[in-house]
Amino acid sequence: MANQRAALSTDFNTATEIRIDHVVKRFDNDGDARPAVNNVSLTIEPGEFVVLIGPSGCGKTTLLKLINRLYDPTSGTIYIDGTPSQSLPGSELRRHMGYVIQQGGLFPHYTVAENVAVVPGLLGWDKARTGVRVDELLELVGLPPAEYRTRYPAQLSGGQQQRVGIARAIAASPGTLLMDEPFGALDAITRGRLQVELCDLHDRLGQTIVFVTHDIDEAASLADRIAVMREGRVLQYDTALNIIMRPADEFVANLVGADDNMRRLSLVSAAAVMSPLEIGEVIAPVEPAIDLPIRVLPVLNQLLESGAPRIIIRDAGAPVGYLDLAAIQAASVPRIQAQSTS
Amino acid sequence: MSLDYLFRRWGRVWELTVEHITLSASAVLIALLLAVPLGVIAARNPRISTPLLGVLGAIYTIPSLAFLALLIPSLGIGRRPAIVVLAAYAQIFLVRNIAIGLRGVDLATMEAATGTGMTRWQQFIKVRWPLALPVMIAGLRTASVTTISLATIAAWIGAGGLGTLLFEGITRDDPDRILAGAIAITALALITDALLRLAVSMTAIARARRAGRA
Repeated sequence: MANQRAALSTDFNTATEIRIDHVVKRFDNDGDARPAVNNVSLTIEPGEFVVLIGPSGCGKTTLLKLINRLYDPTSGTIYIDGTPSQSLPGSELRRHMGYVIQQGGLFPHYTVAENVAVVPGLLGWDKARTGVRVDELLELVGLPPAEYRTRYPAQLSGGQQQRVGIARAIAASPGTLLMDEPFGALDAITRGRLQVELCDLHDRLGQTIVFVTHDIDEAASLADRIAVMREGRVLQYDTALNIIMRPADEFVANLVGADDNMRRLSLVSAAAVMSPLEIGEVIAPVEPAIDLPIRVLPVLNQLLESGAPRIIIRDAGAPVGYLDLAAIQAASVPRIQAQSTS
Repeated sequence: MSLDYLFRRWGRVWELTVEHITLSASAVLIALLLAVPLGVIAARNPRISTPLLGVLGAIYTIPSLAFLALLIPSLGIGRRPAIVVLAAYAQIFLVRNIAIGLRGVDLATMEAATGTGMTRWQQFIKVRWPLALPVMIAGLRTASVTTISLATIAAWIGAGGLGTLLFEGITRDDPDRILAGAIAITALALITDALLRLAVSMTAIARARRAGRA
């Protein structure tokens, strides 16, 4: 991994801070219906992976498109690293924000290499620099350049198209990556694999990511923080663990399946609820162990199968904590927070 | 009826063929100059496109001899009025296909183009236009073949071309001339059709689709 990082010829721009300040978006043809985005304020820290989630029509995609000015807010301001987004021409702003949509949105008449080279081309990079960059990115997303450079999108599987879409989005090292249900059209196995790779990419490159989905499972595996939206408003903006364990209201509770213990345990990361090991504690080699990243549910399975009192949790091979029945039970009892007035 | 005229007078047939090509090509080029902006406008404004295509369709239904005769008082006879009439007839095929082609480009692809930071002009030139090209060239193909066949009538007002052989054949009761003219016109139309089909298959998007099927 470190080698691959060193192989990147251009450093990534520093991650962007996005501050959404009392933003309202009303569409012209709505009449006096409720706005698509209704007075939303939230701050996304530099390098944070934020997932916007909610049912269709909740305003999550609209909010995403307000960030790169595919839409302009009716009122309110979005600050990009402190600068109001309206102070730049939209096309200029978008060249510095990666944008990935379902199926990659690749240009069908361009080869893979030409697709990835679009933004460097708009930014006026020379051919040599762009060529080197394209090859690096294809390596990075797991498509050997020698084989894939000259292919057309029609020759790729859905998962491969999406990898090219991601490579295109990060080609010019943007500080922000906006993703609109990028894995929505993929089969479960490909989706799972790309989720892992995206997390890995985020760990390595560290740009800010805003990701839209309606799949709580996907949100829980990817997000540093999740913003749950409904009818244009953000109901709760918190870590996956807090959203699952302390849903702000009935709607959020339903979304995360708060009345289904198994479902919730399948969403919560073992790392989030495990008990730490005592300093100097000796682990017997016979004690069952399991490696991160893993959710609580498979740990519970192993606990029941092995009959052991606890399961050791390892990170990169080293024991970092353990889970026993008491801890799992604590993780399976959610509390709906008192209605706040936010 | 025999091919005698075609073989004995091939020099003259060739001369008239070149005249026919020049006449048709000028008409189609002039038609394109008008049709491209009209097609772009129609693609962007559905409100304009329906009445515009209605008018262009109506023009196409005017009988060609009547149309030519109508222009004699203002433009006289010869090539000029012929080109005007042919260019007017070609509009419906060109404008319709340009509008349909440009409007038919996938919305998600255009959104991706905006998302990469292309300006409106770059989106048009780099994405919308090349993706619409096969449909637009198909319109050009129909327009060109129609123009080649209609240009025959233009000989009636002295615009020259292969129609000359047909009118001569009728007035002199010489079926060989008619046959020679008909064969040359058909060949010209078929070759033009084939060349423009080839042009469609050479566009970037057609190549990409072929690669996808292979």
